[in-house]
Amino acid sequence: MEGITSQIKSFRGAVIAGALGLALAAAQPAFAKVEGDTIYLGAAISITGKYSTNGKNTLDGYQLAVKRINEMGGVKVNGKSYKLEIVYYDDESTSARGAQLVERLINQDGIKFVLGPYSSGLTKAIAPVTEKYKIPMVEGNGADRGLFENGYRYLFAVLNTSDYYLREAVNLLAEQAKKHGKKPSDMRIAVAIENDNFSQDVRAGVLEDAKKYGMKVVIDDKLPPELNDMSATLTKVKALKPDLLVVSGHAKGAALGVRQVADQKVNVPMLAMTHCDSAQITEKFGKASEYAVCASQWDDDLTYEDKWFGTAKNYGSRFAKEFGYVPPYQAAESTASVLVFVDAFQRAQSFDPEKVRDAIAKTNLKTFYGPVKFDETGKNVAKSMVLYQVQDGEYKVVAPSQWAQSKLIYPTPTWQKRQ
Amino acid sequence: MDNIQVLLQAPVFNLQLLIDGLLIGAIFALAAYGMALVWGVMNVINIAQGEFVMLGGYVTVYLSLAGMHPLLTIPVAFVALFVLGWVLYRGVIFRVVDKDLFISILATFGLSILLQQLANELFGADVRTAESGLDTVFLAGGTVTVAQIKLVAFAAAIVLGFALMLFLKNSRLGQAIRATAQNARAARILGIDTDRVYATTYALNAAICGAAGALVAMTWIIHPYLGLTYTVRAFMIVIVAGLGNLLGIIFSGAGLGISEQYAGFVLGAEFQTAFLFSLLVVILVVRNLSLKRKRKYLK
Repeated sequence: MEGITSQIKSFRGAVIAGALGLALAAAQPAFAKVEGDTIYLGAAISITGKYSTNGKNTLDGYQLAVKRINEMGGVKVNGKSYKLEIVYYDDESTSARGAQLVERLINQDGIKFVLGPYSSGLTKAIAPVTEKYKIPMVEGNGADRGLFENGYRYLFAVLNTSDYYLREAVNLLAEQAKKHGKKPSDMRIAVAIENDNFSQDVRAGVLEDAKKYGMKVVIDDKLPPELNDMSATLTKVKALKPDLLVVSGHAKGAALGVRQVADQKVNVPMLAMTHCDSAQITEKFGKASEYAVCASQWDDDLTYEDKWFGTAKNYGSRFAKEFGYVPPYQAAESTASVLVFVDAFQRAQSFDPEKVRDAIAKTNLKTFYGPVKFDETGKNVAKSMVLYQVQDGEYKVVAPSQWAQSKLIYPTPTWQKRQ
Repeated sequence: MDNIQVLLQAPVFNLQLLIDGLLIGAIFALAAYGMALVWGVMNVINIAQGEFVMLGGYVTVYLSLAGMHPLLTIPVAFVALFVLGWVLYRGVIFRVVDKDLFISILATFGLSILLQQLANELFGADVRTAESGLDTVFLAGGTVTVAQIKLVAFAAAIVLGFALMLFLKNSRLGQAIRATAQNARAARILGIDTDRVYATTYALNAAICGAAGALVAMTWIIHPYLGLTYTVRAFMIVIVAGLGNLLGIIFSGAGLGISEQYAGFVLGAEFQTAFLFSLLVVILVVRNLSLKRKRKYLK
């Protein structure tokens, strides 16, 4: 009996909710791709849930781009100026909700251009939807390289995929080897990387580049997800003395890596990691973090420039003025995603999704976030990852060398010398 | 098998692995003491063991942020978790003491999820640490290194272990705990307030885990989801050492730590845990066989 009544109740609930929804839809202007002089872009963004911090970065990045574009007179298409506006919903940091909301953006709100959500997981859930409706999506926060192995035609990413995170560290090692009169193929690498999709992509990139140089990988440990101690791996590092130690396992891996390398006084000429900023290694470990090399998508110290924001530094200060905090790379790549759309609209001189999609595919753009140029799978191949080195307690950009402002300290002084 | 070659050619690294294993095992042993106590006295398998470790760690993290020296926070974590353990007993655990073992596992499993999520809400999912400010000791010409905080942890584990042993043996309350463990009904008839004994036991368990957590925050890292690692290790140690055998727990803790280090070195970090569980299976099979033989003999 009870089951039936609750079913009836929930049915009634559904009817009421449906009616309410209809009423709301009627009250709101139905968004179209372009209405009057406004272009609507749509997005599902994690306002609540586990990604809420980075979700806010993403949203702030989008909003700043829109504000700046509108300030500069909007987007000119066929001699007419259009303002930008973003329609977004909270995906609660869950994939299913994200996909549902994008479907709603497309079907009910008539959105024809979609901006990415935060995280690879949500992007994975949303890409099939935009693909189904043939709606272009430009994203800046889904780095999983698996995203670009499905033959998606409407997905474009301005950021570097996960396998690129630490390739640059291997290149840097090769560079240093030559500088010190050694052959790159004599260099030995130790890899300690967590056993999850993202981190294993990082590993694949490192191994591919090591192979290219003929470097030998002497340690290749996969750290368990319930990682709490890596002293066995580090003892191996002490025994085998590689020239480069690569540690990656989200914030946990970075924190543990810095702490235990210092505690065990492991001497290695170069220590390369990911997620240093989210693990706050300089703040938490002070001197112990010195000389660590860290991967990042972007930094406001880079000498990139564009016509909208000026230099990366200008972008940083404008962002800080608007939102009261220094922009992390998650915000910068979100802003860059909007810029890609703007550039494509202007080149396509049309709001037809198919024409805009073709224009995006031919993007060759310089932005404050770095150059943007997509390969046939939709990932940005023009930009490279940034490497920092902790020097005197600050992150200094040391690679790629043409944009860098500081020099890599290599080899790192031994622990015995540091005291 | 190149890694075995390394160990044979440079035997000094064996020393490093042994020392690391021993010191790491000591922290696991701390979590295991309490589990054995609660299991033995109350017949409750406490799945929330690791969460007590985690919470103890947060006590240290926050007090050291407030300016207290991290080493001094160990007793504070002990007391704070004692109180929490007492409260949890009065709220939840007393309902499951005399019940089926399965019910207590479910109840404490629920508690562990609750504590995890609460910690996530209150402290955030970020990785936290506390800096002990201690240095590293060099042995064997600098090849073998031992972080001093690990030595502190080891000493604390030994001291707490012996203190617990003395407490159980000599104090009135300790005797009451042992009496209750042997036969709760008889203890009640003889005038022991077994409910209070249970509450103390459970609180004491939480307190020891809290102290272990303080050490973990200074040696490794703390985040809301690290509990399971410690629960599983403690469980293994208790199974191998048996209940009511504190010395055995120290030894099996050390054995576990050392075998984990060797597995990590020789097989790689990805097989560290797998090796451990294979070892557990082997130990259980061997033990079962020897018990069978004993039973036959007794017949």
